[in-house]
Amino acid sequence: MQLALDRINLRVGGEQHLADIDLTLKSGSLNMLLGPTQAGKTSLLRVMAGLDRPTTGRVLVDGVDVTARGVRDRNVAMVYQQFVNYPSFTVFENIASPLRQARRYRDEEIAQKVQHAAEMMHIDHLLQRLPAELSGGQQQRTAIARALVKEAGLLLLDEPLVNLDYKLREELRVELRELFGKGTTTVVYATTEPTEALMMGGRTAVLDLGRLLQFGPTIDVYHRPNSVRVSEIFSDPPINVLPAQLDRGQCRLSSDTAFPVPAHMTGLAAGEYRVGVRANHVSVQPKSPGNAAVPVDIELAEISGSETFVHGRHGRFAMVARIDGVHDYRLGEGATLYFDPARIFAFDQTGRLVAAPESAHAAGGAV
Amino acid sequence: MARIEFTRLAHSYQPRSKSGASAGAPASYALQPMDQIWEDGGAYALLGPSGCGKTTLLNIMSGLLRPSEGKVAFNSIDVTAQSTEQRNIAQVFQFPVIYDTMTVFDNLAFPLRNRRVAEAEVRARVQQVAEMLDLTADLKRRASGLAADAKQKISLGRGLVRKDVAAILFDEPLTVIDPHLKWTLRRKLKQIHQEFKLTLIYVTHDQTEALTFADRVNVMYEGRIVQAGTPQELFEDPAHVFVGHFIGSPGMNLLPCRVDGSSALVDGHAIALAPDRAARARGAAGELQLGIRPEFVALSAAARPGAIAATVRAIEDLGNRKIVTVGFGDRLLKVRIDEDDTVAKGPAWISFPEQWTRLYANGSAV
Repeated sequence: MQLALDRINLRVGGEQHLADIDLTLKSGSLNMLLGPTQAGKTSLLRVMAGLDRPTTGRVLVDGVDVTARGVRDRNVAMVYQQFVNYPSFTVFENIASPLRQARRYRDEEIAQKVQHAAEMMHIDHLLQRLPAELSGGQQQRTAIARALVKEAGLLLLDEPLVNLDYKLREELRVELRELFGKGTTTVVYATTEPTEALMMGGRTAVLDLGRLLQFGPTIDVYHRPNSVRVSEIFSDPPINVLPAQLDRGQCRLSSDTAFPVPAHMTGLAAGEYRVGVRANHVSVQPKSPGNAAVPVDIELAEISGSETFVHGRHGRFAMVARIDGVHDYRLGEGATLYFDPARIFAFDQTGRLVAAPESAHAAGGAV
Repeated sequence: MARIEFTRLAHSYQPRSKSGASAGAPASYALQPMDQIWEDGGAYALLGPSGCGKTTLLNIMSGLLRPSEGKVAFNSIDVTAQSTEQRNIAQVFQFPVIYDTMTVFDNLAFPLRNRRVAEAEVRARVQQVAEMLDLTADLKRRASGLAADAKQKISLGRGLVRKDVAAILFDEPLTVIDPHLKWTLRRKLKQIHQEFKLTLIYVTHDQTEALTFADRVNVMYEGRIVQAGTPQELFEDPAHVFVGHFIGSPGMNLLPCRVDGSSALVDGHAIALAPDRAARARGAAGELQLGIRPEFVALSAAARPGAIAATVRAIEDLGNRKIVTVGFGDRLLKVRIDEDDTVAKGPAWISFPEQWTRLYANGSAV
């Protein structure tokens, strides 16, 4: 199903939860909704589902205005963060419940559809169990199977894996991605985690404070965030952002650190900018002769086995580098962080992207 | 702060069988018998999937649960029969435990006032903790109006506010927190630990949280600590296939193999092993598996001496890295490459650097 949101606004008791959202989702597409908590992700999903009616604006399904229709009159299924199952029903009956409510399927049909959905979620051996006898992962698989069995045109998932173990998340993500790649169901999947958006792929809509900041193919939005805010939301650990002054071929960071303006920024006029560089492009050793060098006071080194996150402070600004291998630092120790100027994003004073690094990805695609 | 010691400790939620050959031994342990020491001032993580026993272990340490076997000692004093309060333990849970009607200040002060600490000291301590957690501006606000993550900061603050506790136990404290604030809070906790040398025990299923927070990570699986080590040890030398799988994203590649001379044979392909490892493997009983992390498999487009012909089946671009799925014979391997490395689907060559190739017999490192 194609879903179009036309200037959606949602105000609840004087508070603006969603502001001027225009978004069109293609039939059969996988769409990630990325944003921090209280960005409006759940509000937007509820409007898409017909659980809440927008204050102004229209919801269109395949061109038909459905704004006034409630959730029961929409072709939609939803999966929540918490595992929502009927405790007294078996897994079979939990999955069958939407079909029974529809009152138009014969028992054999129901059995067949439940079996199929259960197989997709690898819980077909658990059909006679009660939810209380399942692990958290199996409970959420049941909830997802119940959403799948409806074969709804629109499937909405609100941080569906957040309450599961890390490894289980990895496993389910791969399965869901395979599942969502097929068919005509339009999928919207909300997450706070950049890594999850990248792992799922598809297209990503970045949301913040109730506004849609950017929408495009996931990897393009990652490589060409249209603003400082999108680059922040789409970086984990946080992206390093420093003020910079461009003048006579030099890019000067607020202190005494300067480097020649890299090729992708040569078209910019002299003046004040902000530059961003992701932690994985910052190192503790220069990687090539032209690297920019930023002196920092070390605040902490977090070691994660294969890599170390080095946190430092450059004047007022916090910086973090993600480097391979294990490195130990003492608190307060002086160090220098390096990055290749060809890797930096440049934003103007309003935060708008004005230059992005040349990456393996073409500029097109992202809006 | 205390040094905590478990002696012959075990726990079963089921009653013991009263007769028969296995009299005295429970049908199933939630926590397998263990001897374990948690040093004073250490930062420990308990890492594992749900159901591995980590919360059971934490509850036994805090005194919420009495172990069915063995004893718990704090600084050599037996506390097995003591309550959480008597043991003087501070705890932080997954969801904020705070009083909505009180101000942030009063919430933070609560554990101190409860112990009748002088008001002047309460004030000083609350200020200090609020500063550590960037809550100073909110001290006069009612907790009810705050967002979930601010409330969880108050919970953390309540855990940290008392100086005289034996240990602070954290049970998945950052699960409900945004990714960016997670970084900040994890960093704060780590700094607070370095500064005050508290005994901290941190339960999580999130490897990044465990590895970056703790000096020593205890990986738990089926009621046992299968490996206790530094993050680097767990990454480079998993003692058990479960550790290889659970740590790392994706986890370690594991391939059934047999050993012939100083090579491992995987579906007839010979892979060179370190001589001493090969010797130990020849003497080991049980099913053998070769283990190598995705970070360490060498992948190239051109043939090289000793490399095995393979096929690149899928490439996943994760922005700051790529995960490549490689098939050779009937096996699939994950290989991690840099974001700037290019690779195409189709024929490729893989090799297994000897220093990063591990062997496991019945799941345990050889």
